[in-house]
Amino acid sequence: MKAAVVTFPGSNCDRDLAQAFAAAGADVVRVWHKETALPEGTDVVGVPGGFSYGDYLRCGAIAAQSPVGQAIRDFAGRGGYVLGICNGFQVLTEMGLLPGALMRNAGLQFLCKPVTLRVATTDSVFTQGYARGAEVMFPIAHHDGNYTIDAEGLARLQGEDRVAFRYADNPNGSMDDIAGVLSANRRVLGMMPHPERAVDPAQGGTDGSALFRALAGMMARA
Amino acid sequence: MDEPKITPELIAAHGLKPDEYERILGLIGREPTFTELGIFSAMWNEHCSYKSSKKWLRTLPTTGPQVICGPGENAGVVDIGDGQAVIFKMESHNHPSYIEPHQGAATGVGGILRDVFTMGARPIAAMDALSFGLPSHPKTAHLVKGVVEGVGGYGNAFGVPNLGGEVRFHAAYNGNCLVNAFAAGLADTDKIFYSAASGVGMPVVYLGAKTGRDGVGGATMASAEFDDTIEEKRPTVQVGDPFTEKCLLEACLELMASDSVISIQDMGAAGLTCSAVEMGDKGDLGIRLDLDRVPTRERNMTAYEMMLSESQERMLMVLKPEKEAEARAIFEKWDLDFAIVGETIAEDRFLIMHGNQVKADLPLKALSGTAPEYDRPWVETPPAAPLGLVPTIGAIDALRALIGSPNYAHKAWVWEQYDTQVGADTVRRPGMGAGVVRVHGTGKALAFTSDVTPRYVKANPFEGGKQAVAEAYRNLTAVGALPLAATDNLNFGNPEKPEIMGQLVGAIKGIGAACHALDFPIVSGNVSLYNETDGTGILPTPTIGAVGLLKSLDELIAGQPVAGDLALVIGQTQGHLGQSALLAEAFGIEAGDAPTVDLAAERLHGEFLRANRVHVKAATDLSDGGLALAAFEMAEAAGLGLTLTASDIATLFGEDQARYLVACDADGAAALEAAGQAAGVSVARVGHFGGDAVTLGAEAAPLADLSTLYRTAFAAAVA
Repeated sequence: MKAAVVTFPGSNCDRDLAQAFAAAGADVVRVWHKETALPEGTDVVGVPGGFSYGDYLRCGAIAAQSPVGQAIRDFAGRGGYVLGICNGFQVLTEMGLLPGALMRNAGLQFLCKPVTLRVATTDSVFTQGYARGAEVMFPIAHHDGNYTIDAEGLARLQGEDRVAFRYADNPNGSMDDIAGVLSANRRVLGMMPHPERAVDPAQGGTDGSALFRALAGMMARA
Repeated sequence: MDEPKITPELIAAHGLKPDEYERILGLIGREPTFTELGIFSAMWNEHCSYKSSKKWLRTLPTTGPQVICGPGENAGVVDIGDGQAVIFKMESHNHPSYIEPHQGAATGVGGILRDVFTMGARPIAAMDALSFGLPSHPKTAHLVKGVVEGVGGYGNAFGVPNLGGEVRFHAAYNGNCLVNAFAAGLADTDKIFYSAASGVGMPVVYLGAKTGRDGVGGATMASAEFDDTIEEKRPTVQVGDPFTEKCLLEACLELMASDSVISIQDMGAAGLTCSAVEMGDKGDLGIRLDLDRVPTRERNMTAYEMMLSESQERMLMVLKPEKEAEARAIFEKWDLDFAIVGETIAEDRFLIMHGNQVKADLPLKALSGTAPEYDRPWVETPPAAPLGLVPTIGAIDALRALIGSPNYAHKAWVWEQYDTQVGADTVRRPGMGAGVVRVHGTGKALAFTSDVTPRYVKANPFEGGKQAVAEAYRNLTAVGALPLAATDNLNFGNPEKPEIMGQLVGAIKGIGAACHALDFPIVSGNVSLYNETDGTGILPTPTIGAVGLLKSLDELIAGQPVAGDLALVIGQTQGHLGQSALLAEAFGIEAGDAPTVDLAAERLHGEFLRANRVHVKAATDLSDGGLALAAFEMAEAAGLGLTLTASDIATLFGEDQARYLVACDADGAAALEAAGQAAGVSVARVGHFGGDAVTLGAEAAPLADLSTLYRTAFAAAVA
């Protein structure tokens, strides 16, 4: 599998995400935000956490307009796989690749702690390595993770089984406890929690490994 | 533009004493220009020159086989094997944080991070030690909220995990909060960058963000006492931009990998002035700056403003001339300013040109080398009166008094606002004792802690200074790390008062004695004096930040007890209650002497625990709050009840030093006791873990009730 991990100015989980892909057996290429094309043969694009462009204007808003942003949009349009974590999720919603928006946490504070998630669907390459309803522990670290969407959009997500993860104990006010959502073709996943911070026993847990392994396994077969 | 005339009022407004001004006249043989006066004021203030403390700082142990570079550079450098080094320092940003808590704290974090990466290190850990006034004081909630947001806002965006620190409340900080920021970074020992310039005619390059008028005069402000006009000083506080700093970090590390840098220095206090003088002074060179080339954010800035601006996220570098194109390309990639603003010159001269005029022409060496140094009068702190009768209190009520106080309650409200895991190498998050981060890409790890008990230092500066070092040593040991070295951040009142100077002298002597006995050198540090408002000083607060090494994660002690495990204490318990947390929190009594620190016992017990780590599931040092508080914290974190057999308050809450609490299974306990007997170290069974109640001697309370109190008290007090 070839994973392209994007770095915007202000990204700070790009190395962590690259490492998690590599540990799952992927070939990782790092892509600078000023690039206008993704590397030849890219199977999956990783949009990492951090504070792209300082989160100025709105989280993810400027990154969505960056040169590499158009390349990611085109890649997703051709049915490519995209994983956006934390700030990456915010970027994907700003790009319009995922519905909804991430508002300020209900408690108004930045929040970093391990949280328990429930796997809400296994019908995606990202979540096929888990059992439906399984509880997994991933850390969160965000100020703006309060997932918000209009009633119609929420009904569609629910009806199409596109909620990937839900919080067991909602930390940020997200509608329907949503921690991660899939695109209509199920090939773009955005999530606020950090699976790349849970891939090594030294980090205190390895619940994130199944996500990266399943992705790498599927790509290897492809 | 005409510069103001030099008048006695103008000199006083620059914080220069008449005798200091006389010294300036003697040095240059004429009246200084306005810009020159500003430069002298910046270089000679307490913050930059350490003029009151230098004599005593020199007495600290700063060397050892592990030390690559001690105090004097931007941060200390310590060998961690395999060609790698940890680079770290702690620095105060007290005065700005009191005036504007969010930006004051944020730029404190930004400054200390730059101190670390200017030496070539990628930051891997941050800590913050915070002292506030009483929660009931009208300013406190605002300060706590702003400072925590500022620390988090900067570090989270920059992308450095926060691994710990301290938060305390005391009336003595009502008018002066303390914000001590620590940062550590990782570098290869053959790629460490220093500030000494070399070579004549080398380009001096300005890097990073543009220069504005923010912070003009900040270093001078940080060296003055506060009064009720403090709110008028808000314009001298700088504004931080962690986004630019993150870009600056990445650009600097790319630049350093390209072999272009002769020397580099961050622009911190008194920005362009301090950094240029530092590089010239260390390299025995002069510096010529052409201010017309300095990237500015505002129009019509004067030479005075540019030389004293404390705009953040800037660096000054002496570049290998043949590398200019390569270096410029790196900064353009990161959309940062890169401007050649001057050159190194052979004469001992600091020459500042602006608009084709000479704005300053000073002997460079004299600016730092001959900064005044004072041997201020001091009086030894008188021995504390013996502790009188201690009021009676039940053991459970005593525990409630501690865990219900914001000083000893669970501090998740603070650290959950900090990213503790960015970098994906955090092994042990804040919360109990030292934080631990893996050395990226290796099986090694580093442990970090920050400690001081200001009540002790006030009662007995010498023992209090020793205790701060000893507690740091214990916290590192309790996670299985070998203590390597420390940084000291000395926060005191007005040194012109002999009793305050006596506190500083006593504390430094105590710190020195402990560092010497524990092979735990001080490799960097910072002094913050004049922490007084309307003549009332803070508690003397010499914060010790410290780093320990785990050669392998197998050495880590980070488990939790399970039901049925035994609680044992390493070290002897005598029940010292003087200056204890119990007296302060339960009765508002701050009396008696600080506990005595037996440094030989500290060393012996530390070595004993590290040698016997295999028998131990969890360990913590015993410090303020004593056995009962430490055991409660350990049990509560594991979701367990607890039984301690002792029922007397002095045994449960006494603060004798050189002690650890450990949790062991039955076999581990027996093995530890046998090892203790062989080594001559006291190992005593004091109770066990399990159940859903906390039992102290004859009294008990439900764990759930105590846990709720412990986990809500902090937010209730400040939010």
